[in-house]
Amino acid sequence: MIEIDAGPLKTRELNDQLRDMMLAGIQKVVIRNVCGQRYIGTRLYSPDHRKMEIEIFGTPGNDLAAFLYGHRITVHGNAQDGVGNTMDQGEVVVEGRAGDVLGFSMRGGRIFVRDNCGYRTALHMKEYEDKLPVLVIGGTSQDFLGEYMAGGIVILLDLYGKGHKGNFMGTGMHGGAIYLRGVVEKEQVGSQVEISPLDKLDREILDRYVSEFVERFPDLCLSKEEILKDEFVKLAPKSKRPYSKIYAY
Amino acid sequence: MPRIRRELYNKEICACSIFGAMNRDGERFTGKGVMLAIANMHVRGNGLGGGFAAYGIYPEYKDYYAFHLMFTGNSPEAKRSAKVGFDAFLCENFDVVSDEEIPHSDEAVVSDPPLIWRYFVLPRKQGEEALLSDEDYIVKMVMRVNTEIENAHVFSSGKNMGCFKGVGYPEDIGEYFMLDKLYSAYTWTVHGRFPTNTQAWWGGAHPFSLLDTTVVHNGEISSYGTNRWYLEMYGYACTLQTDTEVIAYAADLLMRRQKIPIEIVAKILAPPIWNSIDRMDEKEKKLLTTLRMVYGSLLMNGPFAIIIGQTGKMIGLTDRIRLRPITAATRGEMFYLSSEEASIRLISPKLDSVRTPNGGEPVVCELNNIRTVLE
Amino acid sequence: MKSFVFPEFEITRDEEKCGQCRGCERQCSFGTHTYDPLTDRLISDDYKCAGCQRCVIFCPKDAIVVRPTQSFYRPNASWSREKMDDLKKQAETGGVILTGCGNDKPFRIYWDHIVLNASQVTNPSIDPLREPMELRTFLGAKPDLMDISTTNGDVEIKTEISPNLMVETPILFSAMSYGAISYNAFRSLATAARQSGTFFNTGEGGLPKEMRQEFGKCAIVQVASGRFGIDAEYLNCASAVEIKVGQGAKPGIGGHLPGEKVSLEVAATRMIPVGTDAISPAPHHDIYSIEDLSMLITALKEATNYEKPISVKIAAVHNFAAIGSGIVRAGADIIAIDGLRGGTGAAPKVIRDNVGIPIELAISALDRRLKNEGIRNRCSIIAAGGIRCSADVIKAIALGADAVYIGSAALIAMGCTLCQKCYTGKCNWGICTQDPRLSGRLNVDIASQRLTNLIHAWSHEISEMLGGMGINALESLRGNRDHLRGVGLYEWEMDVLGIKGAGE
Repeated sequence: MIEIDAGPLKTRELNDQLRDMMLAGIQKVVIRNVCGQRYIGTRLYSPDHRKMEIEIFGTPGNDLAAFLYGHRITVHGNAQDGVGNTMDQGEVVVEGRAGDVLGFSMRGGRIFVRDNCGYRTALHMKEYEDKLPVLVIGGTSQDFLGEYMAGGIVILLDLYGKGHKGNFMGTGMHGGAIYLRGVVEKEQVGSQVEISPLDKLDREILDRYVSEFVERFPDLCLSKEEILKDEFVKLAPKSKRPYSKIYAY
Repeated sequence: MPRIRRELYNKEICACSIFGAMNRDGERFTGKGVMLAIANMHVRGNGLGGGFAAYGIYPEYKDYYAFHLMFTGNSPEAKRSAKVGFDAFLCENFDVVSDEEIPHSDEAVVSDPPLIWRYFVLPRKQGEEALLSDEDYIVKMVMRVNTEIENAHVFSSGKNMGCFKGVGYPEDIGEYFMLDKLYSAYTWTVHGRFPTNTQAWWGGAHPFSLLDTTVVHNGEISSYGTNRWYLEMYGYACTLQTDTEVIAYAADLLMRRQKIPIEIVAKILAPPIWNSIDRMDEKEKKLLTTLRMVYGSLLMNGPFAIIIGQTGKMIGLTDRIRLRPITAATRGEMFYLSSEEASIRLISPKLDSVRTPNGGEPVVCELNNIRTVLE
Repeated sequence: MKSFVFPEFEITRDEEKCGQCRGCERQCSFGTHTYDPLTDRLISDDYKCAGCQRCVIFCPKDAIVVRPTQSFYRPNASWSREKMDDLKKQAETGGVILTGCGNDKPFRIYWDHIVLNASQVTNPSIDPLREPMELRTFLGAKPDLMDISTTNGDVEIKTEISPNLMVETPILFSAMSYGAISYNAFRSLATAARQSGTFFNTGEGGLPKEMRQEFGKCAIVQVASGRFGIDAEYLNCASAVEIKVGQGAKPGIGGHLPGEKVSLEVAATRMIPVGTDAISPAPHHDIYSIEDLSMLITALKEATNYEKPISVKIAAVHNFAAIGSGIVRAGADIIAIDGLRGGTGAAPKVIRDNVGIPIELAISALDRRLKNEGIRNRCSIIAAGGIRCSADVIKAIALGADAVYIGSAALIAMGCTLCQKCYTGKCNWGICTQDPRLSGRLNVDIASQRLTNLIHAWSHEISEMLGGMGINALESLRGNRDHLRGVGLYEWEMDVLGIKGAGE
């Protein structure tokens, strides 16, 4: 394991170091004193698919894990906007809150956020064959959750009892599923979205990813069973073709 | 048709970083911390503008309006001659108790600074002007200077506060005015700018201000033409080629002249969408419907995050669907607003609370005891 | 509901010539022609005809003529037939009118009001058949000045040059995605680009995995608001990455590839499920402001280890010169600017025909703006949208572009007739379709040869025109408006173009 002190480093210098370490075959890195450096993890593409584990102490800047290609990143603190932008594979764990456009256009991998997240979470998230992005939020999200969502799984656990206050959930949604612990009003969701109770398959999905969430945050001392026994609702698109009827012939 | 008659206003487009820090006990602190914080968002700007607003910096002159002036021109002589023109105007309309060139450091990296001067003044109203309140008189005179006196530009005009701004990165502008050494304020707001043009025009930097209201802004206001047309009906001259100006004037019109509380002002600048209004109870629905009908031309459309500063108050607000970020945080008596959380953490690693307010929801921080600064 | 709309075309068949071979019936995907066994005749339904002329060209007996219908409403300068028919369609469906290809309205085409210079007496013209003529162009950021150190006669460049694209001729293929166009059309463009020493642009539909190795070196890959088919490998296999912000045919709006076009292969390339709508939101939802664009540009540079130039494509709109300046300052290496007449596979007609400004004015205004600000070196300009011939190319360069993108012109080279029915997915020419029966009509070898021929011919014509002006390296013409004059233009138009009037 290697440590980097990010205190004096600018974004590019930090990412230079990370890339060099990946190329040198280092698999685990701890970065301390991170304060606003962007795109951590983005420069780590290698044709031979090397994988690193990166632990971050501090507050990473925007676009953390953008285009991430299979690495694992843990943030001991809050994250800003754009976490997991167009992420392809890998895992991000945020021991705090995340900002806006979390998981934007994400197509694979997992993101776990302990607390709440901002606007436009999981916007245009998509899935393809074995690539299934999963985003689990301990708290809730602000407006425009799952806008244009085309695939993947989003779970909001509302562990801190604030309720889901976000509006415009799933506007333009045409794929994937959002699971919310608690209730949601019809007016909060987009017209393309159906609110339904969970079936057996949904329960299995929840069981699996809530377990993973609980494992990621041992300090919270959560019980999966306690969480799962509460009421959940599912938001899913009414159609895979939301805009098929807006044109003249 | 001669070209001049067409509506050929220029609007600069710019985007940016914003930061604000306030001590609710009214304790004053230097600009050092906010300079560090804004420098941490260096990449959000491009070195073509930075500026600060500081509240509580002139306690010895707190009863006087503090005018900050820029005198521009191609040569030192041109700048001085602009000052001569302005001084004549000032002596006619104000009693000046003190004036001096605003001190600056020659080591800072800034380009082509104008001559920058400050005056502490009281209005000298004559004839029918006696009917105007002091503040209306100041607004009128500021508009006059900015439209009529060539190369002279009032960029700060409130009491016990001041703006400092120019072309450069904000940390360099701070250094130029030595804000980390010479001034202590209970509220600082800061702006780092990313304009899409380079006319090195110091007046185009943020904050924009009128009396003690200052605005720093991130985003582009797509309703600018509509907002401007509306404000010009009320005597506000938009001279700065920048959309942010209209927010400062809208805030002045609504908050000072019409005495509308900030919570309502927020509903004018960033109203809820009709779908949400339709679901409200009758009383609220009526209020919001009426606000939109009356003040529709002041709806600030397009992405924005702003920090409005006023005496004893700092307000953060984003557009109604929060297209621009703002993070609010507290630590003890300190209150922070920032485009990015990391900048707050840089100067206050431990925070009591951190949140990102909803679009259109104002975050208001007021002094615990407003008298600490007024008396 | 009975439709009150006229057919657009009428079909006449010379019964004497017709051999009842039923070729026209097979050629038409719209079902216009049917064989009636009772009478042993072919019957045509004018209502179904797209006017694409496929049947006309492939009729072995030359028996068919397709022309605009002769029926007309009472002539009315305000209510043209098009306006009335569109209105009726909307009254019948309540929908948005879709169309394809570029703006077909009679906006002034400035190319046709600009004339070129030639050398006479004072400066010899050059014959490109005998003398060297250089069209090679580098696209990307250049440093303002070079820092060179000389030690013992050994010269060392200390300035770091950003990555650039090298093209042998200033003509690149514009972004057309696999999905919007067929695999064969897409592959033909790639093949021709490689043969011609230039680049094709993947558009936003991804780059099929099997093409990455073979064609990555001549590919510009696009990152658009839908982020389809994007992973680190896609970004890294290409020579440049282009962020698509806007398109001339539909500035300010998104798009969607209808589910019918999302076949198994298109789905695999875009990495989305088969049959779903592929929706491209209007904005990039991680770009709401210029500093956000800067962030995405840097993110892409990070993702490609600072090894590739990043282009940003915008539509030419009212404030675009200021926006262009911001884009350069945000770190873009190339600005691609797409004018009012740029093509599309599908766009609402009201947007296509009413939004944006002509490319000629845009090129000049952007070039001048960047020069005034002293940042023209920091990026290259690629102009797109309405380039029809080599003269348009050379005029674009003299107005300030570094190179041009051609889209419609390339499609026409492959057989497109601009029938504007691209959005139906039934392209009889096998270009804008995912129906294997139709796309099979486009032979990659032949189509790529036609494209290569086109680039070759235009490049030669450009050389001729350059030589005539006494110039033997293309860079000497870039932004050299002295070689242009306007004919029949208003003063303000020549001001914007930065050119003098003919005879001035």
